[in-house]
Amino acid sequence: MLVANRGEIARRVIATARRMGIRAVAVYSEADAELPYVREADEAVPIGPPPPARSYLDAAAILRAARDTGARAIHPGYGFLSENAGFARQVTEAGLTWVGPSASAIEQMGDKISARNLMAAAGVPVADGTTTPVSDLEAALAAAALIGYPVMVKAAAGGGGIGMSAAADPEQLVAAFETARSRAERFFGSPAILLERYVTPARHVEVQILGLADGRVLALGERDCSVQRRHQKVAEETPSPGVGPGLRARMLDAAVRAGETVGYQGAGTVEFLVDQRTGDFTFLEMNTRLQVEHPVTEMVTGIDLVEQQLRIAAGGGVSFDPAAVTATGHAIELRVYAEDPARFLPSPGTITAWDEPAGEGIRVDAGYMAGNQVTPFYDPLLAKLCVWGPDRDEALSRARAAVASFRITGLKTNLPFHADLLDSGEFTDGGYDTLVISRLRP
Amino acid sequence: MAEVRAEMVANVWKVVTAEGEEVSDGSTLVILESMKMEIPVLAEEPGTVTKLAVGEGDVVQEGDLIAIIE
Repeated sequence: MLVANRGEIARRVIATARRMGIRAVAVYSEADAELPYVREADEAVPIGPPPPARSYLDAAAILRAARDTGARAIHPGYGFLSENAGFARQVTEAGLTWVGPSASAIEQMGDKISARNLMAAAGVPVADGTTTPVSDLEAALAAAALIGYPVMVKAAAGGGGIGMSAAADPEQLVAAFETARSRAERFFGSPAILLERYVTPARHVEVQILGLADGRVLALGERDCSVQRRHQKVAEETPSPGVGPGLRARMLDAAVRAGETVGYQGAGTVEFLVDQRTGDFTFLEMNTRLQVEHPVTEMVTGIDLVEQQLRIAAGGGVSFDPAAVTATGHAIELRVYAEDPARFLPSPGTITAWDEPAGEGIRVDAGYMAGNQVTPFYDPLLAKLCVWGPDRDEALSRARAAVASFRITGLKTNLPFHADLLDSGEFTDGGYDTLVISRLRP
Repeated sequence: MAEVRAEMVANVWKVVTAEGEEVSDGSTLVILESMKMEIPVLAEEPGTVTKLAVGEGDVVQEGDLIAIIE
């Protein structure tokens, strides 16, 4: 199997493949030749220069590497080509197995406007918003007047928080629309814009689903991803301290319905916003791939999600009894980024020392080691520090100790921010929402 | 005179100003891109851009000169 990705996720996928006796092929750009995942693969193929468009997004180069190495399947990881329906189709047309949902499921969920419409028709709650692309500022102002301020402006083909911004009044909408518009063209190649009611205060809670080869869709619990900066996640936990049994049951049910609506196969994530004022939830989007924060679900369920992806892609059954899934204890993931811990600005550089915490309940999914260079070409994720405890308090105290003993030198990291987060009353009492970081770092 | 320097390793995505242009405090001079983030580099005082040391597509290192404002 070829892994069409880099860094920590390539390493993590390769580890499960090798454990299952599957030979793993890594691909790498000129910037990544020294990274651990390249060394740990059975074979590694250079695919181009550092800019993503000329390496990890170069479908032809990746398919060539698959052909040259005799790979029979491609795992896309997350980001890059993972939610590119055209690439999924090219992979299957080349006679290879695509480790992911069908191209049509990716397509239906990839456009945020069509996804919203589809979910509304399936009875999944969506926030008030536009049902067709908003083409110009005049249409945006008219739509916002109907929805009511504040509104969220997004690229319909977007993701990763890029180009997304909220507007509290028509004046802010002018700027938000312009930002969304230019980012949409530049990053996602489509100018289509979507307006939605901006739910605030809110928690960002998502449900892990698994579409089985026999057509059943399972929900494997939720993850709270409300700790965000620039609309990008920084820490996640399961179970969500803000979700009670009734709400959880309704969200899991809605997520299963979302998966069933598109005939979903494999691992996917349905994201929701929970309105802190009303306690209601609305559909945000579906990520048709393995999620960055999947380890917290693995830690409480004991299920290796990559293994299930590979089994399902091969047309087989999963390794556990779908009727007997239980979640035990509490798990937290802290994303360790190469960025300064105050303003969160990127901090590329060379890693001079790297000492990971270890011990009971500690898992580190790292993309780098000492001596590696962290370049400006890719996202700043260095490692995911994942911590499990029998309950939330124990998980928090293990997380504090783990953060204190994680030593990375040579560049700035956000570990000091994580220490502050774990000590903040708002996070430890569990009542936080998506604006928690803006209060911790005003 | 003020020298504007890069705060980090980055690619120069967009050059917004030009040599000879009058800028005010807080005007965007260039937009850098690093680790999937756009970072606007702003003028910290009003004046004239007498030197622009970078072009679109250049890679700057931390501390590299971007522009001089007089």
